Amino acid sequence: MTWLETLRTAYDALRTRRLRSALTMLGILIGIAAVMLTVGLGQGAQKQVTDQINKLGSNLLIVTPGSSTSASGVRGGRGSATTLTMDDAAMLADPGVAPDIARVAPVSGGSLSLVAGTTTWTSNVVATTPDWLAVRARTVSLGRFFTADELASESPVVVLGTTTVTQLLGGAAAVGQTITIGGQNVTVIGVLNTEGSTTGGDQDDLVIMPQSTYAARLSTSANPRSVSTIYIEAKDSTSLSAAYQEATNALLSAHGVTLTSQDFTVSSQQALVDTATSTTRILTVLLSSIAAISLLVGGIGVMNIMLVSVTERIREIGLRKALGATPRIILRQFLVEASLLGLVGGLAGLGLGMLGGVILPRVVNFPVAISPVAAAAGLGVSLIIGITAGVYPASRAARLAPIEALRSE
Amino acid sequence: MTLQPFVPQPLTPDALLELRSVSKTYASGSLEVAAVRGVDLVVHQGDYVAIMGPSGSGKSTLMHIIGCLDVPTSGSYWLAGVDVAGMGESDLAVVRNQRIGFVFQQFNLLATMSAWRNVELPLIYAGVPRAERRRRAVEALTRVGLADRVDHRPGELSGGQQQRVSVARALVTEPDLILADEPTGNLDSTSTADVLELFAELNAQGRTIVLITHEHDVAEAARRMVVMRDGRLDEPMGARR
Ligand SMILES: Nc1ncnc2c1ncn2[C@@H]1O[C@H](COP(=O)(O)OP(=O)(O)O)[C@@H](O)[C@H]1O
Ligand SMILES: [Mg+2]
Repeated sequence: MTWLETLRTAYDALRTRRLRSALTMLGILIGIAAVMLTVGLGQGAQKQVTDQINKLGSNLLIVTPGSSTSASGVRGGRGSATTLTMDDAAMLADPGVAPDIARVAPVSGGSLSLVAGTTTWTSNVVATTPDWLAVRARTVSLGRFFTADELASESPVVVLGTTTVTQLLGGAAAVGQTITIGGQNVTVIGVLNTEGSTTGGDQDDLVIMPQSTYAARLSTSANPRSVSTIYIEAKDSTSLSAAYQEATNALLSAHGVTLTSQDFTVSSQQALVDTATSTTRILTVLLSSIAAISLLVGGIGVMNIMLVSVTERIREIGLRKALGATPRIILRQFLVEASLLGLVGGLAGLGLGMLGGVILPRVVNFPVAISPVAAAAGLGVSLIIGITAGVYPASRAARLAPIEALRSE
Repeated sequence: MTLQPFVPQPLTPDALLELRSVSKTYASGSLEVAAVRGVDLVVHQGDYVAIMGPSGSGKSTLMHIIGCLDVPTSGSYWLAGVDVAGMGESDLAVVRNQRIGFVFQQFNLLATMSAWRNVELPLIYAGVPRAERRRRAVEALTRVGLADRVDHRPGELSGGQQQRVSVARALVTEPDLILADEPTGNLDSTSTADVLELFAELNAQGRTIVLITHEHDVAEAARRMVVMRDGRLDEPMGARR
């Protein structure tokens, strides 16, 4: 008897018990869909976080005040200390000190109120140097960025993000306008490209100005030369760890501290990605194990229904044996029936999972990443569950003596 | 000189089936039931034998042995010259498929399948391709007079028609032997006559038939009659016609 005939016989048997077969498959279906969606949610969350961190710019190192509490890059007391200054930034930008660092952008500033005519808007002021644009991988869509000369001369010029432009100036042309920040008149010389939101907030609600202008006219800090973050761009991705070492060593000696009393933290994107990954992974594992239990219950359902089926069909099994079916053929038939239950249930689960992967992000505004690998694995697992659940019932059917089976009423 | 182990050989080389000192003992708990006790039987190609006897005399047990559905506790059984007494389950399944066609008292048709799908079942296990199975199943149904009932399910057929479907299933593989255990036990007199006429026709065409019954009228239809009592076989004088 060929496999095709076995498949046909198994299909006929399942079709004659439509409702029961469908309900049994439902167990596998729900299990597979649940596993796929939870894993997809976990991977989606991780991808989102990774994308956002990668948006910060390539080859980026971030120096913040305060010491690191753990190797994973979790920072303690961010922004509370003011240990970083413009001098640190200037030192790191010196190729003699740190040859693997390409560019440095110190950033200070804070939330300030803007006025244009009768409109008021509170935005995030970023006081920095001309290199900020390249380090943060941004561009200017209108007008221009400020120059080194304007930095040196404390010029009252600003570059705005698109959200800020819309909120403060409405539809009016931004470049050339004069606005007021903290009582100081400044001229808008450019508008940034639109970036979108990240975990760091709206990247388009920004006011960029020369650090010197901010220090002279707006800063409330005791030390106007202090900065809250220094962004470092390494020469390329291979020199990232060299740049990390150079920055750490230079800052340690400049601040006169050791690794244990370190008053700053240098973190890389990788560290941030790792932290985010470990957090989402725990969640994914937790949710997936709950989903896996539902898959197990589905498997037990298949086994249960196959056992019932064998008991119910004792006469049929006896007849088939009398007509020439060997124990091996009977074993195969029931194994294929169980596998078919698992496989079809798994396929339907796959469909439901993929449908959920399309619908869910629209409903809950959360990404779901369903990979082909996960889909193939889900199908494989449902087939294995079917076969495993079928082994015992099938071997019971195969062992039935033909006369006992025929005689039973 | 070495002593050769004694291997029994069939006495009648041209016999289709030959049983010698065949016994079957069932052990249910501490109780032993000897259902068949030392039966000798020879059936030739083209014979039509009725095995008669009261209920509980061991007829079905004997039929299960003849039909290779069960193996004897002791004794020898040759089917077409092949010793089947020592065969395993899988080999017996092949022998049943190729050499024997069964007709049961309960018909034993699969209720969810149409007549021709029931008739093709033994051909599936014989490895016959699908198109040929359909052709041969329809042919067999035509032979039993059910050409117009090919796609009917057992539930849509009368008892007599159902038994004719199972006769068609028994002869579709062109077996050496048709074994029928009380085939008319569930039928009215008209249907009984139909089935017996069918058997007579098949026998006239050269098919070997062993029919089991407890009804004398039915046994009369056969060309030869043996009687079973308490597990023993007894051939009445002049029973062969
Ligand atoms: N599987 C079995 N286990 C124990 N005893 C059995 C079994 N099958 C048949 N018997 C006994 O063997 C005897 C013969 O039974 P059976 O061959 O069915 O008789 P018949 O078909 O002539 O009515 C009966 O006494 C019956 O109870
Ligand atoms: Mg009986």
